[in-house]
Amino acid sequence: MWKTILRRILIMIPQILLLSVIVFFLAKLMPGDPFSGQITPQMDPKQIDSLRRQLGLDDPLWTQYFRWIGNLFHGDLGMSYAYKRPVISLIAERASNTIWLSLFAVILTYLIGVPLGVLAGRFKGTRLDSGISLYAYSVMAIPSFVFYLIALLIFGYQLKWFPTTGSVALDASGGVGYIMSRLYHMVLPAILQAFLGTTGIILYLRSGIIDNSIEDYVRTARAKGVPEKVIFNKHILRNSLLPIAAFMGNTITGLISGSLFVESVFSYPGMGKLAVDAMTTRDYATMTSLTLLFGFLTLLGNLLSDIIMSIVDPRIRVE
Amino acid sequence: MDKVSDTEAVTIPANPPSGFKVVLRELRHDKGAIVAVVVVALILLTTIIGGFVIPHSDLVDANILDRLGAPGVNGHILGTDSSGRDILKYLIVGARNSIGIGVSVAVITEVLGIIIGITAGYFGGILDEVVMRVVDFFMVLPTLLMIIILVTIVPNFNALSLILIISSFGWMGTTRLIRSAVLSQSERDYVAAAKTSGTPSWKIMFGEVMPNISSLIITDFVLAVAGNIGVETGLSYLGFGLPPDTPSLGTMIAYANDPDLILNSPWMWLPAALLLLVLTLSINAFGNALRRAADSRQRT
Repeated sequence: MWKTILRRILIMIPQILLLSVIVFFLAKLMPGDPFSGQITPQMDPKQIDSLRRQLGLDDPLWTQYFRWIGNLFHGDLGMSYAYKRPVISLIAERASNTIWLSLFAVILTYLIGVPLGVLAGRFKGTRLDSGISLYAYSVMAIPSFVFYLIALLIFGYQLKWFPTTGSVALDASGGVGYIMSRLYHMVLPAILQAFLGTTGIILYLRSGIIDNSIEDYVRTARAKGVPEKVIFNKHILRNSLLPIAAFMGNTITGLISGSLFVESVFSYPGMGKLAVDAMTTRDYATMTSLTLLFGFLTLLGNLLSDIIMSIVDPRIRVE
Repeated sequence: MDKVSDTEAVTIPANPPSGFKVVLRELRHDKGAIVAVVVVALILLTTIIGGFVIPHSDLVDANILDRLGAPGVNGHILGTDSSGRDILKYLIVGARNSIGIGVSVAVITEVLGIIIGITAGYFGGILDEVVMRVVDFFMVLPTLLMIIILVTIVPNFNALSLILIISSFGWMGTTRLIRSAVLSQSERDYVAAAKTSGTPSWKIMFGEVMPNISSLIITDFVLAVAGNIGVETGLSYLGFGLPPDTPSLGTMIAYANDPDLILNSPWMWLPAALLLLVLTLSINAFGNALRRAADSRQRT
C-alpha cells in the first residue's frame, strides 16, 4: 500500500510544478508591480529604475521564478496592496474560518447524503428512489449562489432565524458564548452547502448498493437463509459504504472552491470572500497566493481521495 | 407497374428507427421531459423575440423619477431598478445574453471535446496517454479563480473574451466522456471493416464513429448548456462576468448583495433568480431525460 501512496505522491510533484509555473505567469501578466501606489509623478525615473533593479524585476524570467518559489518556502507571499499587510498573515487569519465552515459542511453532507443514498439503493425502483434521485440531479443543476440567496432572504431576513453576515457576533463574550456565536453563524451556510454537495454521495452509494446486491456472496447468504435485514445491513451496506469514504477528499476540494459563493452571499470572512475582495480591489499579490493555495488544496484533496481508496479497496493498489 | 409498387410496399422502410430516433420515441413517453422542453422553449421564444423588440435605449436610459418602483406601479409589471429601468425588459434581455453565452460556450467546448476526444480514443497509445495527462491536469486547476484572474487582466474585455475564457476551462469533461465512448467503439467490427477496406482515419472517426455516439454528444451538449449558464451567471454575480452595462441574469441577481435591496426591493433580483432556477432545472431535466432515453440499460 505504501508503494501506491508513494507513487501517487510522485505523480503530484510535476502537477505542483506546472501549477506554480502557470500561476507565476498569470502573476507576471497582471498589471502593476509591487510598488504601484508608492510611485508619484514627482519621482525621478532613475529612482524608479533602481527600485525595480533592487527587487530584481529586470532579471530573466526564470531567475524571478526561482526567487518567487524560494520566497514561497520562506512564507513570503508578498504584500497585500489593499490591506498594506503581508499576504501570509492575511490568509492565515481567514483560513480558519473557511476550514471550520468546510468541516461543518462535510459532516452535514455525509449526514444527509448517506441515509438518502442507502434508502434509494435499498428501495430501488420505488417512488422513494425516484424522488431521491430527482433531488440529487436537481441540486446538481442549481447555481449555488441562487440557492444561497433565496435561503438567506427567507431564513435570514424574513424569518430572522439565522444571522445574515459575518462569522461571529460583536457582543459575543466568554469562551462558550464565543464558540456558540461562531457555530450559530455557520449553521445556515453549512446546511445549504451540504444540501448542494450530496449528489455524488447519493448516486455513488445508490449504484454501489444495487451492484453489490447481485453479487455472489449475497446469493450465498440468501441461500444459507440469512434474514434479508441482516444481508442488507451486514453484507451489502458495509461493502458499499467503504468507497464513499474516498469521496471525502473531493468533497473538501469542492467546498473550498465553492467557498467563493457561499462566503460572498453570507459575507463570511473566509478565504473565498478574501479572493473575491482581492480581485475586486485588484489586490494581485493576494489573488496569486490564493490561486496557488486553492490549486494546491485541490491536488491535496485528490491525493487524499486516492489514498483512502487504496486503503479501503486493495484491488486498485499497484505492486 | 402494379407489381413493382406492390413489392415496394412490402419492403422494410429504408430507415428503421435507430440511434437518435429511438431516443426521441422514448422521450415522448416521459412527461417530465415534455414539460421541461415546453418551459425551455417558451423562455427561448420570449427572450429571442424580446431581444429584437426591446429598444436598446430602454436598457441604458436612467429615469430617476421612476426609481425603485414596486411591481405594477406606473405600468412596470415587475417594477423598476435603482435607475428607473423596467425590470421585465431587463430580465428578458439579460436572460437572452446569459443563454447566448451558455450556448456559445457549450458549442465551443463540445467541438473541442469531440475533436480531441475522438482523436485520442481512436488512435490510442502515446497520443491518448498525453492527452489524458493534460486533461487530468486541467481538471485539478482552481478553475474559477483562474477564470476570474483572466477576466480581470484581459485587455478590451467583452462578451467574446468571456466566452473564450470560460471555454478554455470547460472542455475536459466532454473530452473524457467522448474518449471513453470512442475507445469502446473502436473495437467494434464496423471500425475494423472500414479500416480493412482502406477508409481514411478521419472518415472513420467523424463519418462512422461520431454518428454512433451522437446521442451521447447531444445529451452532453444539453447538460453543458445548463452548466455554462450557471458559470456565466455565477461570474456575473461575483462581478467578473459580462461588463456592467450588459444585462445578464447574474448582474441582476447581484443587486441582492445590497443588504437594503435584498429585503426591501426583492423585485429587483428575485425574478432573475427564479428565472435562472427554472431555466437551469428545466434544461437539466431535459438533459437527464435524454440520457435515460439513450441509455438502454436504464430503460424500464
